[in-house]
Amino acid sequence: MGDNAESILAVEHLTMHFGGLVAVDNFSFAARRGEVTALIGPNGAGKTTVFNCVTGFYKPTVGMIRLLHPDGREFLLERLLDFRITKLARVARTFQNIRLFPGMTVLENLVVAQHNPLMVASGFSIAGLFGLKSYAQAEKAAIDKARYWLDRTGLLARADDNAGQLAYGEQRRLEIVRAMCTDPVLLCLDEPAAGLNANESADLNKLLLFIRAEHGTSIVLIEHDMSVVMEISDHIVVLDYGLKIADGTPSDIRNDPKVIAAYLGHEDDATELSGAGARP
Amino acid sequence: MEYFVQQLINGITLGSIYGLIAIGYTMVYGIIGMINFAHGDIFMVGAFIALISFLTLVAIGLTAIPVALFIVLLIAMGLTALYGWTVERLAYRPLRHSFRLAPLISAIGMSIILQNYVQVAQSARVKPLPPLIEGTHVIIESDVFSVELSNIQIIVVLTTLALMIVFSWIVGKTRLGRDMRACEQDLKMASLLGVNIDRTISLTFVIGAALASVAGIMYLLYYGVIDFFIGFVAGVKAFTAAVLGGIGSLPGAMLGGLLIGLIETFWSAYFSIEYKDVAAFSILIVVLIFLPTGILGRPEVEKV
Amino acid sequence: MSPSPSVQDNSANTLGISVLAAALKEAALAALVALGLFFFLIGIKTDQGPTGALVIMPRFEALAMIVGAVFTGSFLRALIAGNKSIMSRVELPAWIVPKLQWAGRFMGAAFLVFALALPFLFFNNRYVLDLGILVLTYVMLGWGLNIVVGLAGLLDLGYVAFYAVGAYSYALLAQNFGLSFWIGLPLAGILAAFWGVLLGFPVLRLRGDYLAIVTLGFGEIIRLVLLNWRDLTGGPNGISGIPRPSFFGLPFDESANGFAATFGLEFTPTHRLVFLFYLILALALVTNWVTLRLRRLPIGRAWEALREDEIACRALGINTTNTKLTAFAIGAMFGGFSGAFFATRQSFISPESFNFGESALVLAIVVLGGMGSQLGVAIAALAMIGGFELFRGFEQYRMLLFGATMVIIMIWRPRGLIATRTPSLLLAAGKAKSASSNRDGDGR
Repeated sequence: MGDNAESILAVEHLTMHFGGLVAVDNFSFAARRGEVTALIGPNGAGKTTVFNCVTGFYKPTVGMIRLLHPDGREFLLERLLDFRITKLARVARTFQNIRLFPGMTVLENLVVAQHNPLMVASGFSIAGLFGLKSYAQAEKAAIDKARYWLDRTGLLARADDNAGQLAYGEQRRLEIVRAMCTDPVLLCLDEPAAGLNANESADLNKLLLFIRAEHGTSIVLIEHDMSVVMEISDHIVVLDYGLKIADGTPSDIRNDPKVIAAYLGHEDDATELSGAGARP
Repeated sequence: MEYFVQQLINGITLGSIYGLIAIGYTMVYGIIGMINFAHGDIFMVGAFIALISFLTLVAIGLTAIPVALFIVLLIAMGLTALYGWTVERLAYRPLRHSFRLAPLISAIGMSIILQNYVQVAQSARVKPLPPLIEGTHVIIESDVFSVELSNIQIIVVLTTLALMIVFSWIVGKTRLGRDMRACEQDLKMASLLGVNIDRTISLTFVIGAALASVAGIMYLLYYGVIDFFIGFVAGVKAFTAAVLGGIGSLPGAMLGGLLIGLIETFWSAYFSIEYKDVAAFSILIVVLIFLPTGILGRPEVEKV
Repeated sequence: MSPSPSVQDNSANTLGISVLAAALKEAALAALVALGLFFFLIGIKTDQGPTGALVIMPRFEALAMIVGAVFTGSFLRALIAGNKSIMSRVELPAWIVPKLQWAGRFMGAAFLVFALALPFLFFNNRYVLDLGILVLTYVMLGWGLNIVVGLAGLLDLGYVAFYAVGAYSYALLAQNFGLSFWIGLPLAGILAAFWGVLLGFPVLRLRGDYLAIVTLGFGEIIRLVLLNWRDLTGGPNGISGIPRPSFFGLPFDESANGFAATFGLEFTPTHRLVFLFYLILALALVTNWVTLRLRRLPIGRAWEALREDEIACRALGINTTNTKLTAFAIGAMFGGFSGAFFATRQSFISPESFNFGESALVLAIVVLGGMGSQLGVAIAALAMIGGFELFRGFEQYRMLLFGATMVIIMIWRPRGLIATRTPSLLLAAGKAKSASSNRDGDGR
């Protein structure tokens, strides 16, 4: 499964129990640097649980999650606290049910994402309290970065509106660029296209491809919308009932009989996956 | 040794009262995930209704104490349940979809309202009641210290046991109990499946308040004196009991109540009576920090 | 929005009688519930009889009045609002918000000018000065708690504990080590912050409602310890003879090196009062300045983000425990400063001043004013403390009013009276300018 030297995330033997329920069972996969890796599977397959383990919101029952930085540093994510995973290992994520700061402005959302560097620049608030110049510069840089991402997502005009006032599709995009403001090496997106119409979905594809091409950020995403998955993924992993059932390129997956059997039967939009549309 | 046994008996009696109050906390928490801060004051209101209705019955010439007490029980349970219903309807239901601190702040407000309403209506002075149920049994004779078990203690423990059995039956076997358990699992899903959420939540408050009123009567009979402030401290202790037993768990509430009752009694007997409330509050903090899921509670999985 | 009233008018015309009947039915039901609720607790009064045993007296007029009021109230409500909550219908129109913001700026400045001028306007009126000091003490407490509750969204029910720690720290330091107010003040703040960290470190990872209970418990523990540790705190008798503050070393007395003599003024005890007034005003303004400043720093934005969504904060790499801890500690510190001021102003403190009611009052001020709004908190403190002075005879209804305020505000305007939030930074400088020029336009 890929050369270790070029993989960025290696999940090995990941198992997660909730009481008696086995949500994820001995699951291994690797995501390669600079690629878009999609994690697909029917509802309840354990995809979000994998994400929660990778981003530290759950402690896996068994397993190892290794993150390799381009400079060769390695992080064992299962040993890090959630916020340290973003802060040190530089993994950022979005949520299935969008989690913005709805009462704060769009711009503030993006500046909060740059909290850690800004804290250092503000001398942990002490220098900032007395209005030191170095902090003013850091804040200006943070605003410039936010402006850059708002420009990319067409939200520049809404910068000073509350995030809660944005339309649904805009909120999705804002959450993604907010994650990008933490300067991640790996971006984990939990159903980024859920609830988007065809146009918004196409815009999302463009944004994700832009992020990969211009920023070299590797992306792992959970998605049900096959138009997104098939168009932008370099690599697809299929999960069903906590077990991995397939792993390969989009064309491999499209033709994998196990995937068709396990997955297509339940999902309406899965017909797009294969022209055959076979139902067991 | 005799002294120890005596404290054990006293502790179990006190613990039964805490357990009855704790059930109200644990049920509400299980279903809507909020601390019904006013529940301790509902207990206090129950004790006051019992006291005044008893005095009224005596004044109109009902002197047979067992009959009077039975009527008092019915009145107090019914009217306190009405308080539980009203509090939920006025202060909590409108806030079900508000921001997360809103129901809690409203509950604190409600607690303050109830306390001061009783203070204004019935004055801040303590309300004594002469002992109605007398008689004690000496269990262990000794020259130094005789262990006694009073009738009132027997009644408190037996009533608590009986109520626990009835209540477990309601939760385990009836339609209402099934609805309550469904709401506990997933409020939204339960409503999609045809459970009347508003009704179930209302009934939860009604039952919790009725049990608290029984605790109030027990408290009144056992200590023979109440005031408007008893709900605050008893409420915090019963809440501690609910957390210690595992919030959301009914046997846990009873177990926690017994433990808190025992700890408080032994602390007062062997260490310092002045610091008994400090001990109770400290246990609360220690339990929340080191054992937030309690003894019988399920570990809580954060929904991300 | 607009068609609904006309629809109602129609239905009121055609179905007027059935609406009336429905309203009557609802009112009767409400009255019945009220009768059940109040029959024993209001309808019958218990009192200590001559023998010491309780006697009861009927009080049916009061009961009838209350039940009647409930009937009328719910009848009118059902009639007017067509069974829907009136509360949810009262909304501020959109155009008024910028005006209010402008008025807010103006009002803040007006308040400040008034506060600065007050000692000159009422120099001979001890009562007004005392009241002003009291109001400002609660403004400061409200601003301190606002950091914790309003900005960081942590419900602290034991804020009075830090007020107590500040007061007793200063009192004990002054009595036992002879420290002056100007050394005692910062120490009291630091000690309170230290206690805040000590309590906060283990408990701040708890979920919000557990945190509320724990802080409540902590507040009670502090009060009970103060009450029972007689050797140190004097128990229920408290500590008296706490040194008064001096004017940077000059005492406010009739001596030759006193304040009045040094400045060639005629001695009057009002000097000290005026000094205390300006002292608490300055302390409150420092609290305000620090809060406003921190709000525009990463830490302040992280507090507000924490209030909005804690999980999202963690996903953005924010150390939520530390962030909460700083809010808790800074809030506690200002509580400690206020406590030290309280001690030196009263010159006597006892555990009675630090009960749960006090925490509830400060919380009610923050909730009423609008969580996170500095001006709102100041107005709420003025309204609540000043309001109580106006209705002095109704002392016993005071707490009843706090409780009702909390419930009603939560239902009606959960974000408080002043719910508008000023963003901590704006992208478009041009836009900000145009916004402010709009404000000027409104001002004309």
